[in-house]
Amino acid sequence: MQQTRRLPLFSLLMSLLMLITACDSGETLTLYSGRGESMVKPMVEQFEQQSGIQVDVRYGGTSQLAVLLQEEGENSPADVFWGQDAGAMGSLSKAGLLETLPEGIYQDLPSIYTSTTGQWVAASGRARVFVYSPDRTREESLPETVFELTGEPYRGRVGWAPTNGSFQSFVTAMRLRHGDEKTLEWLKAMKDNDTQVFSNNSTQVQGVADGQIDFGLVNNYYLPRASENDSDFPAAQAFFQPGDIGNMVNVAGVGIIAGSDRQPEAEAFIRFLLSPEAQQYFTSNVYEYPVIDDVEPNAKLESFDRLLEVAPSINLDDLDDLEGTLGLLREAGLI
Amino acid sequence: MTRRVPLYILLPSLVAALCMVLPLVYLALRALQADPATVQSLVLRPRNLTLLGNTLSLVLGVLVISTALSLPLAWIVTRTRIRYKRLLTVLGVVPLAVPGYVMAYALMGLGGHYGVLAQLFGWKLPNIEGYWGATLALSLYTFPYLFLNLRATLLGLDASLEESARSLGYGPGQIFRRVILVQLAPSLMAGWLVIGLYVLGDFGAVSLMRYEAFSYAIFNQYAGAFDRIYAAWLSLMLLAVAAAFVMTESLVLRRRRLASVGRGVARPPPPSELGLWRWPAYLYMGCVFTAAIGLPVMILGYWLLMAPPDLSFFLDVPATFARSAAAAAPAAMLAVAAALPMAYYSVRYRSGLSSMVERSAYVGYAIPPLTLALALVFFALQAAPFLYQTLTLLIFGWTLATLALALGPVRSALMQARPNMEEAAHSLGHGPVSTFFHVIFPGLRRSLFASFALVFLFCMKELPITFLLAPTGYTTLAVTVFSRTSEGMMAEAAPFAAAIVIFSGLSVGMVLQREGNR
Repeated sequence: MQQTRRLPLFSLLMSLLMLITACDSGETLTLYSGRGESMVKPMVEQFEQQSGIQVDVRYGGTSQLAVLLQEEGENSPADVFWGQDAGAMGSLSKAGLLETLPEGIYQDLPSIYTSTTGQWVAASGRARVFVYSPDRTREESLPETVFELTGEPYRGRVGWAPTNGSFQSFVTAMRLRHGDEKTLEWLKAMKDNDTQVFSNNSTQVQGVADGQIDFGLVNNYYLPRASENDSDFPAAQAFFQPGDIGNMVNVAGVGIIAGSDRQPEAEAFIRFLLSPEAQQYFTSNVYEYPVIDDVEPNAKLESFDRLLEVAPSINLDDLDDLEGTLGLLREAGLI
Repeated sequence: MTRRVPLYILLPSLVAALCMVLPLVYLALRALQADPATVQSLVLRPRNLTLLGNTLSLVLGVLVISTALSLPLAWIVTRTRIRYKRLLTVLGVVPLAVPGYVMAYALMGLGGHYGVLAQLFGWKLPNIEGYWGATLALSLYTFPYLFLNLRATLLGLDASLEESARSLGYGPGQIFRRVILVQLAPSLMAGWLVIGLYVLGDFGAVSLMRYEAFSYAIFNQYAGAFDRIYAAWLSLMLLAVAAAFVMTESLVLRRRRLASVGRGVARPPPPSELGLWRWPAYLYMGCVFTAAIGLPVMILGYWLLMAPPDLSFFLDVPATFARSAAAAAPAAMLAVAAALPMAYYSVRYRSGLSSMVERSAYVGYAIPPLTLALALVFFALQAAPFLYQTLTLLIFGWTLATLALALGPVRSALMQARPNMEEAAHSLGHGPVSTFFHVIFPGLRRSLFASFALVFLFCMKELPITFLLAPTGYTTLAVTVFSRTSEGMMAEAAPFAAAIVIFSGLSVGMVLQREGNR
């Protein structure tokens, strides 16, 4: 009895020892990815095939990995970070954790896709839109600006997600564009207008279909993904008028971690993400906007030119002031 | 009570307790970097009280419902002659493997104009949301914590207590209240405590159900912001509430002595015939399992049918499961191994220090997992860089997070067991090791298996600690599920979520299978 009981413990200790000694040899590119495996893995495999460089990927939430990189500091084993939003990239850049990229990587991209620091670059874009119920709204009464949603006709009919990261980035953009005072006023007015709280984008899209709400403030790709398998899905989406902050374009960004000893490989990976091949994949498979023009447009997305026309101009690097946004959301009693 | 504590009990207990201090030191370090005015606006604001009130009523609701789900179930599988007890037991544990958001989506999917029922059958039920939605969702996947604790205690009850009570003229109701319930108190409290602490920290199900709870105030700072400093303050705030829970529990359990002092070996009471009562019992269990297992399975099946994934997805599942289990099983063993001396120390050598050591285990469980992981990143990089991003560190992190889960069943069993048996063994010349294997272990066997199962299932679902501490490239089932749902790809997450539920259920089945074969 005693012998058999000790055996598993012994083998456990042995396997632990083996794991301790089997540290990785550092012959590969290490990617920290805030984007999901289902999307990243096919891209990484293609890159590995084309370049012969092996990539190890650590998956996690974007902000969790950003905090991890801060905690690791110069001891980080990461070479490249690929994050879900501009705020995370900006926070790393301000903490001095990113290398400056060669200008050649980003000089041809539109300004909505580049950082003024030159330390990171957008890999794909996602726009804020409003989703609505075509059954319960008339085409001509669609809102022209996000500020209209505080009005009486929208009372109790609109959904939002104050705890959701992409909504908070949008609020940060609104603060940059219109100032804290006007933003707080808007937040409070929306709350007073009985705007319905949801937990994220996809539940709002479902909420429109379910009849809980008639409008929702979401990212552009949730509805196409929901209707991909169900062409009768009872919801539609649209931009506000050109330049309205409600159409804010956020990006998934990529940058090289300071002190990485695999810079050339890291640069090769970033160039690959910006290549027509990878950009085509983002557009066709995950309904995001490409950062370059020479890809086959996705019929379910507005055109690249239309996106550049409606997008308000904001400084992507300043989207990292989440602290200020959380403060406003607290003051408005939303979180 | 002034006996000296043997070193082989004291040392591991103190080491475990010291490990729990690590995250606290880290928190203090970060908290001191904050700007006082911001901290004030974060911590001392009236809305936190409202949110805390919402959370407390949520905790209360979940405790009531999960007790109503688990107590009858535990009674039926331990005290009656019902058939398929082992299967029923496993079914009572499986809901623990259901990821919280799957349960929330399953309940939400029932209602609405465009929900599953509306689409399949044209039934338009009202949306399940808000307080009751959150209470129901949380109860349905946390009740196994209580079930496993109660079952282990019920199996260890000594029939002679009830018989004495009966001979003293107590009726069945009185026996239940004054004998059985008293014996169940430690496991009820242990189960309530872990469920209460879980509800306190849960954000996923609560926010999906559109119920504004305390975690609303915390979540953004510690999971959404790119910040470590103010998150530390909110973690401290959460720990303060958790400490209040833990203190309430120890007040209730104070000065309890549950082991019988008479002679003789504890002997299980004879199982009772259910007779015609078996039909309501079956109906009851049918309802519980339909809600807790049937609904999530239905929503997973629905996602699968909506968009059948490529066959290659299924091929990845076994290897991913193996990776999850290869870390979860050692963590569970380690947690059980650490819980044993800790529980023994606090039950057999009661003192201020021993109860503090035991309570320290709740630090790892109540602290936000992201904070725990960051603390380990910090200390590993400072003190043991060769451990960084190895499986060892992940297993260590999981052990710290789950020690409190493992403690519950072991502690309840030790409170039932008689110290005089151990003393007798000592006086007969058995050394500590021999006494442990011949006297203590047989009595604790079931509880140890229950503890193992609780920790194992927790680790199978765990995310934030895995994200930060796992070796790069080491994806578990839970990470895979997250990576798909986070991109809004429910259908592609379904096979992996189903794998968590099925494989975890099977593993727990195997574990519980072993407990009876002595």
